[in-house]
Amino acid sequence: MAAAEKQAVTGAGPFNDLLTWIDQRFPLMETWRKHLTEYYAPKNFNFWYYFGSLALFVLVIQIVTGIFLTMNYKPDAAQAFASVEYIMREVPWGWWIRYMHSTGASLFFICVYLHMFRAMLYGSYRRPRELLWIFGVLIFLCLMAEAFFGYLLPWGQMSYWGAQVIVNLFDAIPVIGPDLAIWIRGDFVVSDATLNRFFAYHVIAVPLALLALVVAHLLALHEVGSSNPDGVEIKNVKDPKTGRPLDGIPFHPYYTVKDTFGVVVFLIVFSMVVFFAPDAGGYFLEHNNFIPADPLKTPAHIAPVWYFTPYYSILRATTDDFVLWVLAPGVVAFALLLIWSMKKNSTRMTVGVTAIVLLAGLLNLDAKVWGVVLMATSVMIFFFLPWLDRSPVKSIRYKGPITKTALTLFVIVFFVLGYLGTESVTEGRTLAAQIGTAVYFLFFFLMPWYSKIDKCLPEPERVTSK
Amino acid sequence: MSDQSQVNRSRRSLVIASACAGGAAAVATSVPFAASMLPSERAEALGAPVEADIGQLNPGEKMTVEWRGQPVWILHRTKEMLEEIERTDGKVADPKSERKKGELTPEYARNEYRSIKPEYLVVVGICSHLGCSPQDRLKPGPEAFESQWTGGFYCPCHGSLFDLAGRVYKNKPAPDNLKVPPYTYLSDTRILIGEDKKKA
Repeated sequence: MAAAEKQAVTGAGPFNDLLTWIDQRFPLMETWRKHLTEYYAPKNFNFWYYFGSLALFVLVIQIVTGIFLTMNYKPDAAQAFASVEYIMREVPWGWWIRYMHSTGASLFFICVYLHMFRAMLYGSYRRPRELLWIFGVLIFLCLMAEAFFGYLLPWGQMSYWGAQVIVNLFDAIPVIGPDLAIWIRGDFVVSDATLNRFFAYHVIAVPLALLALVVAHLLALHEVGSSNPDGVEIKNVKDPKTGRPLDGIPFHPYYTVKDTFGVVVFLIVFSMVVFFAPDAGGYFLEHNNFIPADPLKTPAHIAPVWYFTPYYSILRATTDDFVLWVLAPGVVAFALLLIWSMKKNSTRMTVGVTAIVLLAGLLNLDAKVWGVVLMATSVMIFFFLPWLDRSPVKSIRYKGPITKTALTLFVIVFFVLGYLGTESVTEGRTLAAQIGTAVYFLFFFLMPWYSKIDKCLPEPERVTSK
Repeated sequence: MSDQSQVNRSRRSLVIASACAGGAAAVATSVPFAASMLPSERAEALGAPVEADIGQLNPGEKMTVEWRGQPVWILHRTKEMLEEIERTDGKVADPKSERKKGELTPEYARNEYRSIKPEYLVVVGICSHLGCSPQDRLKPGPEAFESQWTGGFYCPCHGSLFDLAGRVYKNKPAPDNLKVPPYTYLSDTRILIGEDKKKA
């Protein structure tokens, strides 16, 4: 009998017998040890390493508050707006639950953006953590879908017109686009059918995918081990007797305590927003969304919620002139650069043919199509980061001046594009967004070269900490 | 890892065949699910034509009627407005409404003013870019988005501009002119939107 071979659980006081009973029928202690008490994380985690666990914490907040919101919300175009107001005004504590959910959405993105920035700072996506990173980007995509579907549900003006604009993005796809857009909406315009299905996506389909991806992300993390601010592998230097990494400490209790502290600080910030500024000056909850959806009138100033604005700016920046004078020459220049640095003739051919096809498309298809393509690329490009970065070192601490400048510029441009996306269009702002768009893509597309030629410092043997 | 020589070939073929059959069944099953997301019969039936009374519409005024859930604008253009349209020919991308002819501009509106009667513009007020409804900026004069504005419509979403005939300006995100819906005059003051005159 297998049950008899397992050791009895000790150290849990009065619960020893119960835990032993469970452990003989379920891999309880094994899982506990593998993922917590005997998962060794580098000892030099800093501030940036809070945001992974915080994102997980916000996910829990969103699921719990979301469940309670569905108890009173009605996914019906005629009743949705009023049911949200009902939650806000008449359901006991309804306002609190809803503000937690709306604030949670924005803070989720803040945590995820900072978490991704951490990975870019310290090269956490580099080999052997490519798949871990890919799962992370998929989580980011799911999160964007979740936020988008959820934003339609209050059925306010911004909900309606935001959904109208995003669904129309699919309309830009040549040939199948118009039918695809109708299929997504379930109607010829954004309507009750659209609201109903977005509700289904928001409360069940996307959350299921999101949870599965979070599990995959954590399993991949625990397979390869956490990276750290020095970007060196702690598994390379192990205690010869125990086989444990010398620079690793058990996740529990060391990092569970650290992360609990992070949660407390987070909750302070979170509560300040929920109680004192739930709309965050129009950034978390847009003012126009307090007006019921009107299919006949677009609000005077329409902008997506802040976390989508950098990509939205890229979409708006793509005009005919931009395609002709920036995008087309960019494709030619990049193809020449690739052909120059590739050695294999077959690869050179492929690059050349792809460039010619792209160029033909650029000169023949509408700028609208390319705006959508650029916007999609600006998100999807993150998938390729592990292969674009060719630096001999992982961490920004040992990277050279070019990479540091490039990353700084990228962050500035991300904020500038984000700001421009919240503002209305003027000629000057369009020009700024076009420059920003160019810099955004140069950061990624030139990375294989600048990361390689950059003068890096030698990595240390072991992690450094004060 | 099983040894190559130990593979039972006929059993493997059966496994592959049943996996293919199962896969085909799974794909076939997805069809009804995907089809359930298409517009329902009821949604398709709601596209009936609507009537608009333009008797009260003074020169320079605009009214909006709902057709298939979309705003349809009727603008009573003044003489000055019609003159402005002639002046914007050089600024617009498709002055003669030649793109996607049948879809965007019915034959009877394929003229300078994109309308049956020059005074009355009838267009669907949905930007051809991403579906926002542009705003009225009917009066000429300098605007933040265009210093020499001659009157027309401005889309707040992505900055596309349309002239007083719903023609899109060059080098803007929107690729096409505003759509002219099928319409016909029932009398001098009544327009039917959504249906052409019966082709006799």
